Amino acid sequence: MQPFTRLTAVAAPLDIANIDTDQIIPARYLSKARGPGYERWGFHDMRYETDGREKPGFVLNQAPYRNAQILVAGANFGCGSSREAAVYVLLANGIRAVIAPSFGDIHYGNELQNGMLPVVLPADIAHKLCEQLKSQPGVQIGVDLESQTVTGPDGATYHFDIDPNQKEKLLNGLDDIGLVMQNIEKIEGFELRHHEELPWLA
Amino acid sequence: MNTPRTMFEKIWDRHVIVKRGESEALLHIDRNFVHEGSFHAFGALAAENREVRKPRQTFAVADHYVPTLNRDRGIAAVTDPEIRNQMEMLANNTKKHGIVHYGIDDPRQGIVHVIGPELGITQPGLTITCGDSHTSTHGAFGAYAVGIGASQLKQILATQCLWQKKPKTLRVSVEGAIAVGVTAKDIILAIIAEIGTAGATGHTIEYAGSAIRAFSMEGRLTVCNMSIEAGARAGMIAPDDTTFAYLAGREFAPKAAHWDSALEFWRSLPGDAGARFDREVTLNATTLAPMVTWGTSPEEAVSVTAVIPDPAAADNADKRAHMEQALRYQALTPGTRLTDIGVDYAFIGTCTNGRIEDLRAAAAVLKGRKTVIPAWVSPGSTTIKLQAEAEGLATIFRDAGFEWRASGCSSCAAVNGDIVPAGKRCASTSNRNFEGRQGQGARTHLMSPAMVAAAAVTGKITDVRTLMAGRP
Repeated sequence: MQPFTRLTAVAAPLDIANIDTDQIIPARYLSKARGPGYERWGFHDMRYETDGREKPGFVLNQAPYRNAQILVAGANFGCGSSREAAVYVLLANGIRAVIAPSFGDIHYGNELQNGMLPVVLPADIAHKLCEQLKSQPGVQIGVDLESQTVTGPDGATYHFDIDPNQKEKLLNGLDDIGLVMQNIEKIEGFELRHHEELPWLA
Repeated sequence: MNTPRTMFEKIWDRHVIVKRGESEALLHIDRNFVHEGSFHAFGALAAENREVRKPRQTFAVADHYVPTLNRDRGIAAVTDPEIRNQMEMLANNTKKHGIVHYGIDDPRQGIVHVIGPELGITQPGLTITCGDSHTSTHGAFGAYAVGIGASQLKQILATQCLWQKKPKTLRVSVEGAIAVGVTAKDIILAIIAEIGTAGATGHTIEYAGSAIRAFSMEGRLTVCNMSIEAGARAGMIAPDDTTFAYLAGREFAPKAAHWDSALEFWRSLPGDAGARFDREVTLNATTLAPMVTWGTSPEEAVSVTAVIPDPAAADNADKRAHMEQALRYQALTPGTRLTDIGVDYAFIGTCTNGRIEDLRAAAAVLKGRKTVIPAWVSPGSTTIKLQAEAEGLATIFRDAGFEWRASGCSSCAAVNGDIVPAGKRCASTSNRNFEGRQGQGARTHLMSPAMVAAAAVTGKITDVRTLMAGRP
């Protein structure tokens, strides 16, 4: 997994609550293989008219935000379906970090599994950042995982919480399977005991 | 004396292999399910040259992409090459790894969250995973069942273990007897409307109270199914005699001496007296009416007797903005009575409401009536389809003008061709009313199967209780 350490990049304001994973990638594109052109499916129906033209009102279609690597979103970002393709299309669009007041639980985990950093900041701070990004289009935000801080366009810094295990995995790009298999003897011992106690599950 | 534990804590503790810090544990996963959408996980497994460590603990079924029409033609009915490829990949991957696969023409085929219980794979006290957010359904048996993404699915296939952060606990108590015409679907929609679509984020919900206890397994599955729509990691209901009676004799349920040991274990699962939850919510069931969603989030639900709410009355700016956008998308105006909203399509099925009791409830409304709009049923499983045909329900649906289709996720995932056209309004028994969920530009109103039947015969959202006089 690609590690995440720190990132200073253009950020785009997507100040809408409850952006579900069906909005991030509509279900009809879930059978698409990852590869060149995959970015097209990201936010597809928010981003494109039915005839394929860009909707000028959508933030990632606007020149200053086209190369954004950070999204600042509304509450409950990524709620709904468990589709990890929602993370794949964010990555395909160059997004490495999402800042929001809260996330859908499964999507939050999926971002972490793919070297993305989901940052939870209080709603008033996320709103303030969005306002700053709107008034100074193309301005940058800093995200530092080691110090667990976000630096706004005005230089103000905000602390965020992250589970220490998740932080370590992300900083080092550690793979979950590797961490599991370090415990293989304990796993085998557990399974033996578990299936002795509940033999109908063996 | 030991600290009293909730049911969730008992199941969690039993499955912890090792802990990592205070918050994270490596859990043993008893049962795992895969479907056509699991191709990313199998692909990653192959790319890393990994094997499936416990193939007998994973079960595969074709549900998301299966066509609901022309099923006698088997895989030949799938004309889209991308979708066909995905279905063949599931067949090939499961064969390669020795995983049982209920394919498109298998009599046990159905929606994963319907067949797990139906085959007795889903049991009390287990940890259950599937790469689908509605895995919370299985918690109706008193299991800890969580939806996961492709990376975690890969991890489970490779190791049969999952790193998990321990969720908090929320007990939702629903007390009192529900009125005639009110169902499990109305209860869960009312709960989500009350606590919000992120109301249970980071929590496992345990549903309790006399109204929940009175439900059959079918009703309990409907309630737990939509836990994810309240943001919960999982939903669960303590097992009881209703649970045990449902499981007895099913294909994968314990047999003979094992049945007695299993019963003893299952009876030990309900939470101890005095066990503490991180949060508690209580709902009075006696005053509830049938519920309908008007917006594009499951929390945007009101009683069928109500009017569309005014965003100006919303208690915060985020909510107001979402409501305004939802009204634009749904082409509705505040103050409109729900029962004045016309509908163009009616759909009955899904892992939420595709079980035999759901079909019986809809058929009770449809008997002797005709639908005035295009309408179809996709039973939750092939087994349910056959049972409904044997009970004469299929005839009632057909006589009423419903299409009687084969089993699959159909117009809930809307990836198999069963879509609602742009700008059209669908009365649906599914679980999500998100923008575009049933097709690009489609407008969804979530409700119970009986309410969908009522909408089908009147062409508008209708309080089913007005059609039930003199009916069972």
